[in-house]
Amino acid sequence: MSVATSYEFLEKVIGATPDGEHIRKCLQCGTCSGVCPYGFAMEFPPRSLIAALRADDWHGVLESDTIWLCVSCFACAKVCPVEIPLTRGLLSTLKTEMLVGGSIPQELQTALGNARRYGNAMGESPRKRAEWARDFTVPVSILGRDKEPVDVLWFVGDYGSYHPRVQQVSRAMAKVLHALGVRFGILGPEENSDGDTQAFAGEWGLFELLAQKNIKAMRRYVFDEVITGDPHAYNALRHEYPRLGFERTVRHYTQYLAERIDDLRPLLRKPLELRVTYHDPCYLGRANDNNIYEEPREVLRAIPGVELVEMAHNREFSLCCGGGGGGMWLDGFSWEKAHARTTDWRIKEAVLAGADVLAVACPYETPRFEDAVKSTGNEGGLVVKDIVELLAESMSD
Amino acid sequence: MDIAVLVKFVPDLVEELEIDEDTGMLDRAFLRLMPNELDEHALEQALLLKERHGGTVTVFTLDTGDVDETLFTAIAKGADRVFKIVGEGFDEGASNHRQAAVFQEALQGTSWDLILAGTQAVDDLDGFVGALLAQRLELPYIGYLTKVVLQDGGALVQKEYPGGLNADIEVACPAVLGIQAAEQPPRYVVTSKVMEAMKSATIEEIEAPEVEIAGEIPLAGMSLPEAGAQAEMIEGDVADVAESLVKLLRERGVVA
Amino acid sequence: MAGDVWVVVETLRGEVSEITYTMLAAGRQLADGLGAKLTALVLGNETEALAGTLGVADQAICIDHAELAEFNPEVHLRVLGAVLEEQKPRLVLLGHTAIGTDLACGVAQRLSWPLAVGCRSFTEDSDEPQYSALTCGGKLIATGPLPGPSCVVTVMPGGYKPEDGMADKAPPIEALAVPGGFEAARTRFKAYIEPPAGDVDISKEPILVSVGRGVQTQDNIALAEELAKVLGGVVCGSRPVVDQGWLPTTRLVGKSGKQVKPKLYLALGISGAPEHAEGMRDAELIVAVNQDETAPIYGFAQYGATVNVLELMPALTEVLRKN
Repeated sequence: MSVATSYEFLEKVIGATPDGEHIRKCLQCGTCSGVCPYGFAMEFPPRSLIAALRADDWHGVLESDTIWLCVSCFACAKVCPVEIPLTRGLLSTLKTEMLVGGSIPQELQTALGNARRYGNAMGESPRKRAEWARDFTVPVSILGRDKEPVDVLWFVGDYGSYHPRVQQVSRAMAKVLHALGVRFGILGPEENSDGDTQAFAGEWGLFELLAQKNIKAMRRYVFDEVITGDPHAYNALRHEYPRLGFERTVRHYTQYLAERIDDLRPLLRKPLELRVTYHDPCYLGRANDNNIYEEPREVLRAIPGVELVEMAHNREFSLCCGGGGGGMWLDGFSWEKAHARTTDWRIKEAVLAGADVLAVACPYETPRFEDAVKSTGNEGGLVVKDIVELLAESMSD
Repeated sequence: MDIAVLVKFVPDLVEELEIDEDTGMLDRAFLRLMPNELDEHALEQALLLKERHGGTVTVFTLDTGDVDETLFTAIAKGADRVFKIVGEGFDEGASNHRQAAVFQEALQGTSWDLILAGTQAVDDLDGFVGALLAQRLELPYIGYLTKVVLQDGGALVQKEYPGGLNADIEVACPAVLGIQAAEQPPRYVVTSKVMEAMKSATIEEIEAPEVEIAGEIPLAGMSLPEAGAQAEMIEGDVADVAESLVKLLRERGVVA
Repeated sequence: MAGDVWVVVETLRGEVSEITYTMLAAGRQLADGLGAKLTALVLGNETEALAGTLGVADQAICIDHAELAEFNPEVHLRVLGAVLEEQKPRLVLLGHTAIGTDLACGVAQRLSWPLAVGCRSFTEDSDEPQYSALTCGGKLIATGPLPGPSCVVTVMPGGYKPEDGMADKAPPIEALAVPGGFEAARTRFKAYIEPPAGDVDISKEPILVSVGRGVQTQDNIALAEELAKVLGGVVCGSRPVVDQGWLPTTRLVGKSGKQVKPKLYLALGISGAPEHAEGMRDAELIVAVNQDETAPIYGFAQYGATVNVLELMPALTEVLRKN
């Protein structure tokens, strides 16, 4: 099970993804280490890691813990000239080996243990997963309880279900879907974490466990497609769940709404008079070449009074918020090692772009960027909102 | 060096606890059970001792329901054998006196050097399992331990006292030790290893024997503390609040 | 002697622990309810010197021996068991501590007397007093009778005021010889270990003074340090404070930091966001001070106040110093 030599590890990496072989073509150009948000603080950023493996320094690699700085943002994979699947193949496989060897930062251990026991990383009761929707002005159908066929199964995710700030986003989503007349339902207590973050933190076994539970639950119900506000869930459902037997249409909510922009526009009655800049989430954009860049912008442009401005790093060059690959639980760890926060850079860019609002489309981003607004001293200035919250605002009177 | 580890399953406090209206007791229908956190520490301490000195680690638990995953996880962490003790009525919970009596029988037949258990558990009412068991076995017991070091014929243990003070105590083996914290947090074991254990390892089953118990405390009923979803606010200006707070801290035994 | 209420006095390093007074207050209530006597039992060496504040009891029984000077679970258990077996009190109260619980379980099992641990309070009853214990992390209260002829309980603080169990005089003292001899014990007390210098492990500290953004500047942390010192605790904080470098990361409480369960968590200027709450919500006593009365921290705290944190810290320090 566990790997003893550099050679064995490289074989594992090669076997992990279809293009794994590309690792043999590494030019040692260093572009990956260059674009990595935490490359400067890692003992083995991607290029050095490959060099170390070629030099048979497997033990040196295992002794370092800076792999946990990797936030699985796909910046390195995107930019690699020989298309090595660095994030999915090399880096997450290294994390797996670290876990097998028992090396894991404590905070991450708690989050993984919670996901295993409770189906969510926060350690909240699974029975309360749909509490955010209880007694809400808009009816939210829970599939297991209401047993009606729906057009759309809305996969809410851990943060959308349990985090107070992101629950607000969930409620806004429910409002918007309802206003559009979409027949939607959620799994509620039957939903488990999508498993994407756990996978990229190295726990592919845990990912499978969670995925199997979700697939089993989804198989019980009748729906045309799955939509989600969570790019991590989108990525997992679309790219990883099929090999486990789940082959349904999966879309991010911005894609779904962009398709219905003509139905949406008339509902957006209130002009917002805001200058908005949009942060491209890694998992909608770079990850697995999802390349969903224009639909979120299309949706934003449909809101009257919204002026869209771009930050310097946008689309495939977007700066990661630092939440992926376990990063959500490793801020203390990253701060200790790097003394820099990726979120701070992003806020500064948003302010530089002259934005009133930083629009996001990922549940990790709202709390992370709001924290950074405070820590960069922009409280009372820049505001962070999920796109769907802006839509809901424009729908209200 | 043969070490036995006792694991007890307790209500998971993440779930809301409810009182059964008819019986006035804890409603076990929706209870989620989990292994006692301190028993996980006991297992971790046992595994650390095995890593340092060799020997075996054996885990025992009463079959109160969903115990298999925990036992396979113990194997994946490095335990040698795991035992599930099956008995009538265990799924409705068993008092610590009953657990101690059952464990006593299960431990027969092997000369254990050390028996480790978590010092306490969230649902303890009639004592602590390890301490009760030790008395049954007529073995020395020391609880609230944060360190266990083996030495000639015994162990040097570190006991935690109120106020952050610790004491070194020597004890001859065999002994029963109540673990408060292992020397490192319970290790993480990757899910794939647990899955592997589920395929390749076996959980051994023992029938619970008939046991004589005396000393269980009668339980008339359970109730929920008065609902106080929000904090009780202390009124007044800064001076008033300071006085009230200090008084509160004194009453609660937090400050002298 | 038989049928009386006994309190096993808890001492540590030559001082009577506060839990003893809580037990004496409880014991007084129980003894009066039963129409019985309250006896304080002291095991140790030169114990008469410790009896000066035990006057709430009707009498003190002192058992002196060099072997009893420091707590040795095996030796103390043997002596306690022998005394109780001979004297057969109606109720035996021990502290719910590292000392009391080691003894309570052993003695109860040895004598086959019923045992209830973690009791907060009792209701007097002429025949069968009732116990009330907090269980399941404080989420449930268990109640029941303390059956005769003899019963053992361990007592947690909170249900009685220690002042009510304290006197400024000793009760009549009876010295007893150690029952039986001391055959070779398998346990031996070796030494106390003082807490190490160098940075603390906040997850092991019983009292935490935690600061959040409400502390405003790095200089104000000094106020928290003063307060912590007087309380016998240490300073920790939420992420914004630690991230600014005002406190080392070893002091971070929360999802990305340490999970703590101290006896007292004083949350000063902390909003109580889930990431932070995750690290401290299981603390035994949480007192939150935040001027925002809607701050989520109040959903986790037992007590709160909306006064200015920067003013409260020095005020608290002063009151504590005075007493």
